Amino acid sequence: MDAVRNPVTWLGTPEFPKAARTALANTQLRNNLRAATTTIRTKRAGVVAELDDWEQLRLAGEAIKNDVLSRLDEYLVELEASVTARGGIVHWARDAAEANQIVLDIARAKGTDEVVKVKSMATAEIGLNEALEAGGVHAIETDLAELIVQLGHDRPSHILVPAIHRNRSEIREIFRREMPGAASDLSDEPRELAGAARQYLRQKFLSAKVAVSGANFGVVDTGSIVVVESEGNGRMCLTLPETLVTVMGIEKLVPSWQDLEVFLQLLPRSSTAERMNPYTSIWSGVTPGDGPQEFHLVLLDNGRTATLADTVGRQALRCIRCSACLNVCPVYERTGGEAYGSVYPGPIGAILAPQLADNPHDKQAASLPYASTLCGACYEVCPVRINIPEVLTHLRAEVVAAKGKRTPEALAMSALAWVLRDHRRYEAAQKAGSLARLISRDGKISKLPWPGSKWTASRDVPEPPAESFRSWWRQTHG
Amino acid sequence: MRVALFATCMTDTFFPETAKSVVRLLERLGCAVEFPLAQTCCGQMHFNTGYPDQAKDLALAYGDVFAGYDAVVAPSGSCAGMVRDVYPRLCGDLPAGPTYELSEFLIDVLGVADVGAYFPHRVTYHPTCHSLRMLGVGDRPLRLLRSVRGLNLVELPQAESCCGFGGTFAVKNADTSTAMLGDKMRAVADTGAEVLTAGDNSCLMHIGGGLSRMRTGVRTVHLADILASTEEDPWTPSATR
Repeated sequence: MDAVRNPVTWLGTPEFPKAARTALANTQLRNNLRAATTTIRTKRAGVVAELDDWEQLRLAGEAIKNDVLSRLDEYLVELEASVTARGGIVHWARDAAEANQIVLDIARAKGTDEVVKVKSMATAEIGLNEALEAGGVHAIETDLAELIVQLGHDRPSHILVPAIHRNRSEIREIFRREMPGAASDLSDEPRELAGAARQYLRQKFLSAKVAVSGANFGVVDTGSIVVVESEGNGRMCLTLPETLVTVMGIEKLVPSWQDLEVFLQLLPRSSTAERMNPYTSIWSGVTPGDGPQEFHLVLLDNGRTATLADTVGRQALRCIRCSACLNVCPVYERTGGEAYGSVYPGPIGAILAPQLADNPHDKQAASLPYASTLCGACYEVCPVRINIPEVLTHLRAEVVAAKGKRTPEALAMSALAWVLRDHRRYEAAQKAGSLARLISRDGKISKLPWPGSKWTASRDVPEPPAESFRSWWRQTHG
Repeated sequence: MRVALFATCMTDTFFPETAKSVVRLLERLGCAVEFPLAQTCCGQMHFNTGYPDQAKDLALAYGDVFAGYDAVVAPSGSCAGMVRDVYPRLCGDLPAGPTYELSEFLIDVLGVADVGAYFPHRVTYHPTCHSLRMLGVGDRPLRLLRSVRGLNLVELPQAESCCGFGGTFAVKNADTSTAMLGDKMRAVADTGAEVLTAGDNSCLMHIGGGLSRMRTGVRTVHLADILASTEEDPWTPSATR
């Protein structure tokens, strides 16, 4: 049976090396990314250095999330009970299609053709906006950067800063072209751009009947949902419309209210490099006469249970979507997010997207674990200590296993391993290799046949020495 | 103390001068060094490319080859990182003696920062990713370099940014690798250094291959070659390199 395709990776995106090649040729993109990632990683390093107990916080964050993952079945049932007890309605969605249908049905039941949205990775992961649109309901992104992406008919390229690939003059053009009511003489001053968005969105907040959000945390013991944001648009969505629908990945739980203390320190410093983010909204079910009078919580699996079954790969489910790993990643800094072909780009995307997609025949997803030099910068900054390089190599082994033993690479690797398993064979190969001296000039080789040509396209190879070290050792110390 | 040199396959095969430098340096510091000839490769390329079973065979062989030594010294943060970080996950405890990257062995085991070296050149240092983040060598290589007579050490901008090598990444994602290399080369050129040094010949081969292609005139020299150089027997750009 053909499984339903998980929309976590975008259909039609080329494999990473090819998509990266396109992105690398975009000078504007590279300049935007370099400036933005350099700024934010410098700021992050500053606010993290302020805390003496940062390492202990990371260890605590890791431990709490590991506990959640190991008892997820119990915690989810407890959360359902505590949300229900406070007047919320809990839905369970196995995959993207189920979750989208639940949200669409709620919107239809409320008789609305427009919903306002808080920035949310879970709803982007399942392609909710597109699904709602197909069902005749228009979703309006109210986060400034998401709005820029939406109006630009674009795709998000960063978890936290989805329009990081755009500069302000590009944003002005998008607003002038696409935003209803935008002044034709709009300048590219950030204040003016934000003002235009504010004016446009304010009408939407006041007229919307239904809001859709994601969640940063779901607190099991109190049934509270937490949304952390910077702009206040989230607070508007979460409080003004009569009906609120929250789509939350099942891994987003924390056992108790007290556990939030750890994450509300880890998250803002890691993501926006702030000591505390401007708006933290927390609600528990429904409060009569205050805020939404109907609250739906959609618990989303969409590949998470399968990911949980992988003893090495499951650590990716600790992710709190801070995006610190993107900002320090030397690959992401050059290619940007779109090359990853998923709402989850960068190092975390390279381990999360293929696992959620869970399709060994998806070549694009299979190219993602190779989109890293394994430099380890991501692991160093991860607030919940996800060993991303470890998972990358683990997933590479799965990719290799799925391709079988007869690929040219697998045959070459087997032959090489056979040579390396015995030092006599290895020495014979060294001697044969020094024949490459015949094609070197001025102490270097500038052109090799494929696949060596991939190397020599931009780098010389030093001329192999006349004798190996071990040959010298035998003569001098043997 | 029984000390073994793990030359690494790359240095043994392509950069024999570096391994000779380690031998000269350690012998000068009073260490008798052995080179077990049965050694080959740590298996990192296999492991990192998705062939852990083949890497495991090589890890088990490493365990046997270096069993019984008090210290195994490697002129590579990356290969030492493979042994210390990945081997335990791959095959648990191995009988091999503890493995050190060269700067760790000099500072932590021998307790020397000034190894009596002489290297009258303007030098910049690239901290390789695995030495920095897998092993945590910190400023050990810089402490060694600062003690070298005649050496003018200049700081590399964005030093901790990866050079883009990444083993088979350099070939599988050649365009991205080259973009990273370009930024690294620009940073090196900005220092005005004659020599770029590092603790890994793999990264140096990558950056050096680019510097050579661009005819920058900047040379790449392994940390061991600088530390082995003395006034009596100074480093020279060898014809075999």
